Amino acid sequence: MIATELRKLLLSPRTWVTIALLDTLPTLVAILLALTDLGPRPGTGPAFLSAVLTDGSLYPLAAIGILLPLFLPAAVAVMAGDSVAGEAQGGTLRYLLIRPVGRTQLLIAKLIAVIAFVVLAVLIVAVTAYGVGTLLLGNGDQAALTTSVSGSSLSSNQVIWRTALALAYATLSMLGVAAVALFLSTVTDSPLAAALGALALLIGSSLLLTLDAAHTLQPYLPTRYWLAFVDLFRDPILWRDLTHGALLQGAYVAVFLGAAWANFTTKDITS
Amino acid sequence: MIAVEGLTKRYGGLVAVDGIDLEVQRGDIYGFLGANGSGKTTTVRMLLGLVLPTAGSIRLIGQPMPRSARQVLPRVGALVEGPAAYQHLSGHTHLALLDSMGPGGDRGTRKLRIADVLEQVGLSGVGSRPIRAYSLGMRQRLGLASALLRTPELLILDEPTNGLDPQGIREVRELLLGLNRVGTTIFLSSHLLAEVEQLCTRVGVLDQGRLVLEEDLAVLQAPSGRYVVRTPDVEKARIQLGERVGLHSGHLLVVSCESPAALNEELVRAGVRVEALSPERRTLEEVVLEATGPSSDRVESA
Repeated sequence: MIATELRKLLLSPRTWVTIALLDTLPTLVAILLALTDLGPRPGTGPAFLSAVLTDGSLYPLAAIGILLPLFLPAAVAVMAGDSVAGEAQGGTLRYLLIRPVGRTQLLIAKLIAVIAFVVLAVLIVAVTAYGVGTLLLGNGDQAALTTSVSGSSLSSNQVIWRTALALAYATLSMLGVAAVALFLSTVTDSPLAAALGALALLIGSSLLLTLDAAHTLQPYLPTRYWLAFVDLFRDPILWRDLTHGALLQGAYVAVFLGAAWANFTTKDITS
Repeated sequence: MIAVEGLTKRYGGLVAVDGIDLEVQRGDIYGFLGANGSGKTTTVRMLLGLVLPTAGSIRLIGQPMPRSARQVLPRVGALVEGPAAYQHLSGHTHLALLDSMGPGGDRGTRKLRIADVLEQVGLSGVGSRPIRAYSLGMRQRLGLASALLRTPELLILDEPTNGLDPQGIREVRELLLGLNRVGTTIFLSSHLLAEVEQLCTRVGVLDQGRLVLEEDLAVLQAPSGRYVVRTPDVEKARIQLGERVGLHSGHLLVVSCESPAALNEELVRAGVRVEALSPERRTLEEVVLEATGPSSDRVESA
C-alpha cells in the first residue's frame, strides 16, 4: 500500500510541477545575486543569504531558508490537504476502500507519501541550489574554512554533515503542517478547503509569533522553531531549540494524526 | 451470498434505509430497484462497508460486514455510483495501481488479468491515452473492468449501464449474463426497469427506505389469468362479454376467462372478428409502480 502511494506520488504530474515551482525562487534569487552582487547586509534577510556571496556551496542552506517560512509549507499543505479529500472528490476513495484498503493503513500511507514528497522536494532544491550556487556565485576559496555563525571556523567536512542535518530538520519541521492538513483532509471532501485550513493555521501561528501578548502561547506554535536549523551552524551546536522543535513537531503529528484516525475510521464515506 | 437483516441507516432525523431484509442466493442475478433517493445507494454502500449501518446485520459470502471486510471484499467486485479513476493515468496503469492496493491482487498475474478484463469490457485497443480523454461510456467500461479484475464471486453493480449507448448496454448485458453462466452472483442496483427485466432472476423493490417487494421475476410476471383480445368490433364484443371485460382501450379488451379457446369460439360465434388473443402479463413497470409511492424527487407542499 505504501509502495503504491509512493508510485502514485511519482506518477502525478502535480508533484513535479510543484517541485519545479519550488525550485524557481531560489534559482531566481541566485541569478539576481550573481548579476548585481548585492547581498542583504549581514543579519538581515533570509538566513545565510549574505554568506553565499563569498561561498556558493552554502547556497543549499540559503535556498531552504528562503522556502521554509512560506513556500515549502504551502506546498506541503496542498499535497497533504489533497491526500484524502482529493481521492474523495475524484471518487477514487470509495474504490480504494472496497479493494479493500484499511482506513488506518491508508492514512499512514498518505502521511508517508507526503513526507516522501517533502524529502524529494528538499533534496531536489538542495541539489539545484548547490549547482546554481557554485556555478553562479563561485566556490569561494576552497582552502579557506567556512566561518560559523559564532565566528569560529568549520571544516568542509563539518559543513557537509551539518548541511545534511539542516535539510533533515527542515523536513521534520514540515510534519506538523502535514498532519494538520491530513486531518482536515479527512474532515472535508474539498482538497482546497483542507489546504487553506492548514495554511490559515500557519499564517496565524506566524502572526502570533510577532505578538508580545501571545508570549505564553509561542512555545507551542507550529512555526516557532522552524528557523532553528541556523543553530546547527553555531559552534558548538545549540541543540535546545532544535530538540524543542523536533518534540513539538512530534506532538503535532501525534495529536492530529490521532484526530484524523478517529475521524476517518468512523466516517461514512458518501463521496 | 448476501444476507441482510433489519438494516437501518439514520442520518440525524432522516431515515435513509429503514429495517430492510435482503436475501441473495449464489447464482442469482438480483435486481435491486427503487426510485432516486429511495436508499439504494446507501444500501450498496453499507454492503461494501463504506457507510456504517445504524442497526442491523450484513453477511457477504457468509461473513459479517464490515468486520470481515479484509477477507470478503477481495472476492467482491463493485461499481458504486459511477466509475472513478486517476484522470492523468492510462487505463492500464490505473488498473495496475488499483490492483496493487489491498490484499488479493496477485502480482505475477496482474498484467495478464488486466489485458483480460480490458478485452472483456471492449477496451483492449485503448492504448496509453489518459483516462481524462475517455468518453463517458469508456469510463463506465473501465469501471466495470476494475470490478472484474480479481474474477469476483459476487458483483455489486450500481447503475452499470449508465452513459452507455444502446450497443454498449447490449454488450454489458451479454457480458453479465456470460459471467453469471460461469457462476458469478450479480447484485444489480438500477432504476432502469427494462434493464432489470432483461437480466434479473429476482427483484427487490425499495421505496422510501423500505423493501416493499422481494420476489422471483418469473412469479411477478406470471400470467394473471386474464386475456387480451384485439378486435375491430369492440362494441359488439363488449355487449357479448358484459361484466367479464375489465379494461378496454382502442382495439384492445382485457377479459377474464377460464379458457382462451372457449373465449375465442364465443366471440367468433357472436360475429366478433378476433385479430389477436394473448394471455395478459404484468410488466415489471406495473408491478413496481403498484408497490411504490410517488417519486421521491417530488417535493410538494404539505
